[in-house]
Amino acid sequence: MKNSSLLNRIRESRLFLPLGALALILAFDALFLPGFFKLGIIEDPVYGNHLYGNLIDVLNDGAPLALIAIGMTLVIATGGIDLSVGAVIAISGAMGAVLINPILGNQLSLNVEAARNATNTPLPIIVLADLAAGTLCGLWNGLLVTKAKIQPIVATLVLMVAGRGIAQLITNGQIMTIYYTPYFWFGNGFILGLPVSIYIVLAVAILVWVAVRKTSIGLFIESVGTNAKASYYSGINEQNVKLLAYTLCGLCGAIAGLILSSYVHSADANNIGLNYELDAILAVVMGGTLLTGGRFSIFASVVGAMVIWAFTLTVYTLGVPANALLAAKAVLVMVVILLYSDYFRRFLNRLSERKAVQPEVEKGAERGTAN
Amino acid sequence: MVETQNLLNMKGITKSFPGVIALEDVDFSLSRGEVHSLVGENGAGKSTLIKVLTGVEHLEAGSIELEGELVQVRSPQHSLELGISTVYQEVNLCTNISVAENIVLGHEPHRFGSIDWRKMNRLASQALKRLEIDIDVSRPLGNYSLAIQQMVAIARSLEFTSAKILILDEPTSSLAVHETNLLFDVMRKLKSEGIGIIFITHFLDQVYRIADRITVLRNGKLVGTYETASLPLVGLIGKMLGRSITDLDAVIKSKVEHEQKEREERVLEAKGLGRTGSLEPVDLELGVNEVLGLAGLLGSGRTEVANLLFGIDKPDSGWLTLKGKEIKRFSPLESLKNGLALCPEDRKAEGIVGDLTIRENIILALQARYGWFKFLSPEKQSKIAQKFIQLLGIVTPSPEQLAKNLSGGNQQKLILARWLATNPQVLILDEPTRGIDVGAKAEIQKLVLDLADEGKSCVFISSELEEVLRISDRVVVMRDHKKAAEYSGDVNDQTIIQTMAGNL
Repeated sequence: MKNSSLLNRIRESRLFLPLGALALILAFDALFLPGFFKLGIIEDPVYGNHLYGNLIDVLNDGAPLALIAIGMTLVIATGGIDLSVGAVIAISGAMGAVLINPILGNQLSLNVEAARNATNTPLPIIVLADLAAGTLCGLWNGLLVTKAKIQPIVATLVLMVAGRGIAQLITNGQIMTIYYTPYFWFGNGFILGLPVSIYIVLAVAILVWVAVRKTSIGLFIESVGTNAKASYYSGINEQNVKLLAYTLCGLCGAIAGLILSSYVHSADANNIGLNYELDAILAVVMGGTLLTGGRFSIFASVVGAMVIWAFTLTVYTLGVPANALLAAKAVLVMVVILLYSDYFRRFLNRLSERKAVQPEVEKGAERGTAN
Repeated sequence: MVETQNLLNMKGITKSFPGVIALEDVDFSLSRGEVHSLVGENGAGKSTLIKVLTGVEHLEAGSIELEGELVQVRSPQHSLELGISTVYQEVNLCTNISVAENIVLGHEPHRFGSIDWRKMNRLASQALKRLEIDIDVSRPLGNYSLAIQQMVAIARSLEFTSAKILILDEPTSSLAVHETNLLFDVMRKLKSEGIGIIFITHFLDQVYRIADRITVLRNGKLVGTYETASLPLVGLIGKMLGRSITDLDAVIKSKVEHEQKEREERVLEAKGLGRTGSLEPVDLELGVNEVLGLAGLLGSGRTEVANLLFGIDKPDSGWLTLKGKEIKRFSPLESLKNGLALCPEDRKAEGIVGDLTIRENIILALQARYGWFKFLSPEKQSKIAQKFIQLLGIVTPSPEQLAKNLSGGNQQKLILARWLATNPQVLILDEPTRGIDVGAKAEIQKLVLDLADEGKSCVFISSELEEVLRISDRVVVMRDHKKAAEYSGDVNDQTIIQTMAGNL
């Protein structure tokens, strides 16, 4: 009895399905892709000795998406959606690039060596400006949704479209290459042999978790997402709750932008963080948060992001060309939709129910025939 | 043999859900041309029995015989094909399309590849004529009263199936008196055509007006099936509750004690409080220990008063003071901080947060008052939840159950618990006993009187006049979005009914 209830608790946990999906993908890798799990230590004069291998790549490459998914979880839990996160990544990246050197990238390339250590703005200020830009974007979305009462999908569509334009304005329409080495640390550095980005994701996830679960904010988000009207009648300030969720989502987008622009050494307003909003939504859905809002789990969404990157890397390792990746992803989306459907859930429930009530049914059947 | 054969025979019906046995060995039968009432407290198993019969749930043991043939109802669709039609409490129709479209939806007559509107309207009119209802079927359904909408739902359920059994689940909950009469006429008409009707309601007086037989369920078990004529009301209530009706007696007694209290201090005062388009300026006073009843027909402005007092809507005229302090900012949060509480009329849409647990629902308003950072620890939450679950007698295996799984009466208690947890000075209860069973009703009435005795004040809104009269110290009657009259002391219900009706 105790065993089955523990089993039920595991099955009902929000982490069950995303962790299960991750385990399935990794099991596939273990069976069909020999060497996928190989880890090695590489000697790196710039960033220090560190681990390398596919698993490290999954964590490192998946970090920006995981960050976006954290913010997106909060927004979706309120019953909203944020389509602008990809654009926020672009704005944040552009801010960083411009603050490092406001002169156009092409001119700088003449003296690369000198640029490696040159910056126009101290690094802490660059980081702060990045984060501030993203936070402002989130606040803007939040204001449109709460004060102007525009539907979230429309409200954030505004910035999704306009954001990359704003990023281009910041970089003056150029793809800005970044040469300043200390900036690369966020996307390429290592601490204790593991990528910095992993630590950032962990820190943000824990901070956000504490912020929502050790205050009443998480409860209010879930309440508003489940029944906004009843929450309002109960005295919850629905607008502030939503405003906070969108703002935090913008902040998460900015951090992701910092890591991504640092990783690729450039700010490309048109391509950086492309389609991240859709991947993030998929990650959140895999984490078990309903698109209609309500219950959410930060960590389940992070695992969801990791599933997407484990899948992506597996597909690449299998030799599927990059331009066919979307087709392969479509398969993943299909499987996720089916696994999370009511039908599949009923199937799971029936499986466990059948075991539990088996004796009673037999008893009932006996009596039925006796009558 | 065929003549005496029952239309429907359900035998030994058993159904359990994880942790609960919803139905245990229940028998139920229905003859042709019979109105058979199914009564019982919330959670007695009425809905489950209906769900089994309509194929929403599958039975674990027992048998269903329809016209002498053993059947297995596989799905709601299948039950329709078998001739079992159901009309639910909430009308499941589209108010923004025409009556005719609602009736023929899914069976539209076609002509030259497009919908034959004239034929459709004729079909719909005929369907309604069968119920002796004559209305313009081309107008949107939303233009008609709830009663007519209810009839349309019945017409729809009868028209495209050869219905033999009609299940009416709480059809009169939101109907006015004359609308209920209309529904009863229709029921008698169908009865004479040989259709068997299963009638579920909380209004026991209606059971006595229309039902031929009564089946009582309690805690998932069959108490018995009785001829209506042979079971007096007191006996019926006793069977439903499984205990004597001392609870009801207690309510009546405490009323006497309650009235002896002195009241001088004024808690709440509204002068000329109104809002254009929803409520004409109203004067109201509320003393300590006082229960103020608010009577009136549906749409008379009762709920509008409650919403203005609690700050759901903002008044645009007049003022409101609470303990002598004028209220300047109107919002639920401000009201909550000022010691007001509102149990809203629509408990599903405005009260219960279904996907949260009972514990979370109970502490929700209290936590809203504390704000974001003064977070009640899970231990404290559990303590508060336990306390109010016990105090109000909320029936649940655990505070960690989801609120949406509670029955209607328990959900109502849950909302009350949410507000009592904030220790309010003034409670505004908008239809707190609607759609809940006799036992829970008595408990809630008693609770209101107890609270008044403890020094709280209460505004009590209800469609049931008898209830308002029984527990209120004063009664304000609303009509056409304004205050029509105010009565204190002894007033007979005829006077109030006349005031409610006005010159209608």
